[in-house]
Amino acid sequence: MAETWQEIVFWVLAATIALAGIRVVTARNVVHAALYLVATLMSAAGLYILLFAEFVAWVQVLVYVGAIIVLMLFGLMLTRAPIGSGDFDNNQRPLAALVALAIFGVTSWILVQAFDGTEIGFARTEGTTSAQVGQEIFSKYVLPFEVVSVLLLAALVGAVLIARRDDTPHEGRVG
Amino acid sequence: MPISYFLVLSAFLFSLGVYGVLARQNAVLVLLSIELMLNAANINLVAFSAHFAEAGLGGQVFALFVIAVAAAEVGVGLAIVILLFRNRQTVDVDEMSYMKW
Amino acid sequence: MNSVLTFAAEGAEVQGTGPAGTIGELTWLVPLLPILSFFVILFFGKRLPNRGHAVGIAAVAVGLLVSLMGLFELIADKGFVEKSWTWFEFNAGQSLHLEFGMNFDFLTAVMFVVVCTISLLVQIYSTEYMHDDKRYTIFYAMLSLFTGSMLLMVIANNLIQLFVGWELVGICSYFLIGHYWEEKENSSAAIKAVITNRIGDISMMFGIFALFVIGGTFNIPELNHLAHEGHIGGTSLAIAALLMFGGAVSKSAQFPLYVWLPDAMAGPTPVSALIHAATMVVAGIYMVARMFLVFESAGIALAVVAIVAAITMLLAAILALVQDDIKKVLAYSTVSQLAYMMAALGVGAYTAAIFHLFTHAFFKALLFLGAGSVIHGVHSNNMSDMGGLRKYMPHTFKTFIIGSLALAGIFPLAGFFSKDEIIGGALRAATGDHHQIAAWIVLVSGIITAFLTALYMTRACVKTFWGEYRGNGTPHESGGGIVTPLWILAGASVLVGFIGFPVIGPFADWITVPGHEHHGFEALYNIVLPILATVVAVAGIGLGYVFFYKRDWRVDILNSPFAWMYRFAQNKYYLDDFYLNGVVRPVQYPISRGTYWVDRKIIDGLVNGVALGTLATARPTYAVIDQQIVDFAVNGAAGLTGSTGGLLRYIQSGNIQRYAAVLFAAVAIFVALFALT
Repeated sequence: MAETWQEIVFWVLAATIALAGIRVVTARNVVHAALYLVATLMSAAGLYILLFAEFVAWVQVLVYVGAIIVLMLFGLMLTRAPIGSGDFDNNQRPLAALVALAIFGVTSWILVQAFDGTEIGFARTEGTTSAQVGQEIFSKYVLPFEVVSVLLLAALVGAVLIARRDDTPHEGRVG
Repeated sequence: MPISYFLVLSAFLFSLGVYGVLARQNAVLVLLSIELMLNAANINLVAFSAHFAEAGLGGQVFALFVIAVAAAEVGVGLAIVILLFRNRQTVDVDEMSYMKW
Repeated sequence: MNSVLTFAAEGAEVQGTGPAGTIGELTWLVPLLPILSFFVILFFGKRLPNRGHAVGIAAVAVGLLVSLMGLFELIADKGFVEKSWTWFEFNAGQSLHLEFGMNFDFLTAVMFVVVCTISLLVQIYSTEYMHDDKRYTIFYAMLSLFTGSMLLMVIANNLIQLFVGWELVGICSYFLIGHYWEEKENSSAAIKAVITNRIGDISMMFGIFALFVIGGTFNIPELNHLAHEGHIGGTSLAIAALLMFGGAVSKSAQFPLYVWLPDAMAGPTPVSALIHAATMVVAGIYMVARMFLVFESAGIALAVVAIVAAITMLLAAILALVQDDIKKVLAYSTVSQLAYMMAALGVGAYTAAIFHLFTHAFFKALLFLGAGSVIHGVHSNNMSDMGGLRKYMPHTFKTFIIGSLALAGIFPLAGFFSKDEIIGGALRAATGDHHQIAAWIVLVSGIITAFLTALYMTRACVKTFWGEYRGNGTPHESGGGIVTPLWILAGASVLVGFIGFPVIGPFADWITVPGHEHHGFEALYNIVLPILATVVAVAGIGLGYVFFYKRDWRVDILNSPFAWMYRFAQNKYYLDDFYLNGVVRPVQYPISRGTYWVDRKIIDGLVNGVALGTLATARPTYAVIDQQIVDFAVNGAAGLTGSTGGLLRYIQSGNIQRYAAVLFAAVAIFVALFALT
C-alpha cells in the first residue's frame, strides 16, 4: 500500500517537474520562466521528501527557492528584462533541440542499461534528521564543508567586487 | 519502484537544462537553465543515496554542497550579468559575440 | 760517428784492388754538405753575421778536404766504393729498381777535387766581387746548391740519380745566369739556357730509357759491364748512346746547341767562372766518360761524337776571334776547349780528355776571374773600353797572361800537356783500326784550333792590357779577396800539368778505362806532335802580336773581299737567327695561334655549348616546372589552407551558446562511444 502511494506521488511530482521544466525553457515571459522554475524546484523538494531526505528538501526550499530565485528576479529587474511577450530564443533552437535530445537519449539509455530493473531498496523507514546529516557532514565531509564555506566567501567578495559601481573620490557622497 | 524512473527523470531535466542554455537569448534565463541542470544532478544524487544505504548519507551531503555551490555561482553570475548590462545596456547573449573572426 | 759508419757500411759493394778506405765510405758527405749549406743559407743566411758566405765556404772547404783524403786513399791502393740504397722497387726489382747510390773511384775523386777547388775559390772571390750585391745571400745559397748538385751527379752510380743532378745543375744555372734579372736581356739569357738545355735533356732522357730497355738496369757500372762484355750492342745501343750524347751536346755546348753559353755571360763573372768554365759544362764530358764503355761498343756513336766536336772547336774558335766583350771571347773559348775534350773521348783518348778537363778547369777559371777583376776595375765588359791595364792592374795582368799561355798550350804550363795528349791520342787513333776518318778530322782541326786559340787569346790580351786606356776614369787593382784566388789558380795552372807528365805523371794511372791498356804517354806517341803544336801556338801568338799590337800587315777587313766572312762570323753564322726564325717564331706565332684558335673555338665552344645547353634547359625548367607546376602546388596549398581557414573561421562566431552547443554535442558523442565500446 505504501508503495503504491509512493508511486502515485512520484508520478505526480515527476509530471509537475517535467511540465514545469519544459515551460521554464520555453516561456516567452522571463518572469514566467522564473516562476515555473519555482514550481520545478518545489516539486523536486517534494521528491526529496519522498526519498526520505527531508533536510535536503528543506534546504532546497530555503536556499534555492528562497534565495536563488529571488536573486534571479532581482537580476531580471535590474537588467530591464522585457516584461511581456517577445521572442526570447535565438536562431539556434533546432540545433539546441537536437543536442538536448541527443544528451537525453544517450544518458537515459546508459542509465537504464546500468540500472534496469533495480528496485530502490529503501533502507530507511523514516526520514533523515538534521542531526544525522550534521553528523555525517562534520565527521566524514568536514573538509569539503570548509572548502565550500571558503567558496561562498569568495563568491560573496567576488560578486560585490564585480558589481560595484565605479566611484571616483571626487564624486564621493557628501557627509 | 525502479530506480531508473528517478534516473530518467533526472536525465530529462538535465537535457531540458541543456536546451535552455543553448537556446535562450536572455543571459539571466541561461542562468536559470543552469539551475535546472544542477537540480537534475541533485535528484540523481538523492535517489542513489536512498538506494545505497551502506554509503551512508553521502549522496544527501553531496546534494547539499551542490546547492551551496549553485548559490555561489548564481551570485557571481548575476554580478557579471549586471556588469554586462551596465556596459552594453543589454543582456542579449547574441549581442555578446565580440571574440569572433 | 759509429752509427754513421755502420749506415755507410750497409749494402757496400767494394771493387777495386783492395778493401775500401774509411774515407771512401764517407764520400757521400761531399755532395751532402753543400746541399745542407744551401738550406741553412736559404733559411738563416740573412741573419748570419757575414750574410751567409761562411757557411757556403765552410761546406765546400770540408768537402774539398774529404775529397782530397779520398783521392789519397785511392792512390794508396784502397779500393773503389760502390753502394746503393734502394729507393723504390716495382715487382721486387724485376721490373723496376730505383736506388740512391754512390760510386767513388778515381774519376769521381778527380771530379770532386776539381769541383770543390774551383767552387771554393769562386766563393772566396765572390766575397769581394759580389760585396755590394743586394741578393748576396741567395747568390751564395745558389752556389752551394749548384756545388752540391754537381757533386751529386758525379757520385751517382745510376742514371736516374745522374739525371737528377744534371737537371739540378741546369736549374741552378738558370737562377745564377738570371741573377741580375732586372735587365730583360739577362732573364732572356737564362731562359735561353734553360730551353736549349731542355732540348738536350729530352734527348738524354730518352737515351736513359732506351738503355734501361736494352740493358734492364739503370746502374752505370752494370751497363758498362754489359756493353763491354757484348751482351748489349748493335743499332739499338748506338741509338741509345747517340740520344745520351744529345744531352751532352746541349749541356757541354757542342754544335748546334752551344748558343746558350755566350749569352750566359750575362750572369755575374764568378758564376761564369764556376759554372760555364769549370764545372757544369763539363757535365756532358763527364757523362760520356762515365758511360765510355757503352759508347765504345755503340757502333758509330764515338765517331759522331768526334766529328761534332771537331766542327764545334773550329767554329767556336773563329767566333772567339771577332768578339768585343771579353767574357764572350772566353765563352767561345770554353766551347772550343770543351770540344777538344769531347773530341778526345771520340777518338778514344779517355785519359787525355779527363786530363784536359782537369787542367782546363784551373786556367779557364783563372781567366774568367781575371776578366772579372778587369771588369770590376773598368766597369765595362767591352775590350774597346779597355787598354793599357798592365800599368793599373799588375796582379790581374800577370795572372791573366799565365792563364792565356796555359790555354794556348805553351810548355811547361798545364795546357801544353793536356792539349798534346789529345792531339797525340788523335794521331794514335788515326793510325789505329777503326774510326780513322773521324780521328784524322779531329787531328787536323785540333791543330788548326790550337793556332786559332793562341791567336784570339793574344788579341784579347793585347786589347785589354796594352796600348792606351780607352775608357773613362782611372781603373784600380782589385783587393785581396779577388787577387788571392787569381794567384792560387795561376800557381795551379803552372803545376797541375806535371800531374799528367808523360810516363812519370801519375794521372794516367788514375784515369784509365777499365779493361783497356794503359795509354800513358799519348803526348810522346809521336815526338813530332808536341813540337808541331808548340810551333803552331807560337805562330799564333806571333801573328796576334803583329796584327793586333804592332798593327803591321793590318788589313781593313771590312773593305776587303773577305768582309762577308767577317760579318758572317760577327753574326755568329746566323745560327741564332736561324733558331729564332726557324724554330722559335714558327712555334710562337703560327702554332701558338693555332693552339689558341683550338682553345677558343673548340674547347671554349664546348664549354660554352654546355653552358648554353644548361641555360636552355634551365629556362623552361624555370618557366614551366618551377613557375607553373611547383608554384601552383605551393600556392595551391597555401590558397587551400587560406580558404579552409576562411571557412573554418566562421566557427568562431563569438556566440557562446554556439560553443556550448558544440561542447554538449561532443560530450554526447563521446559518452555514446564509451558506452558502446
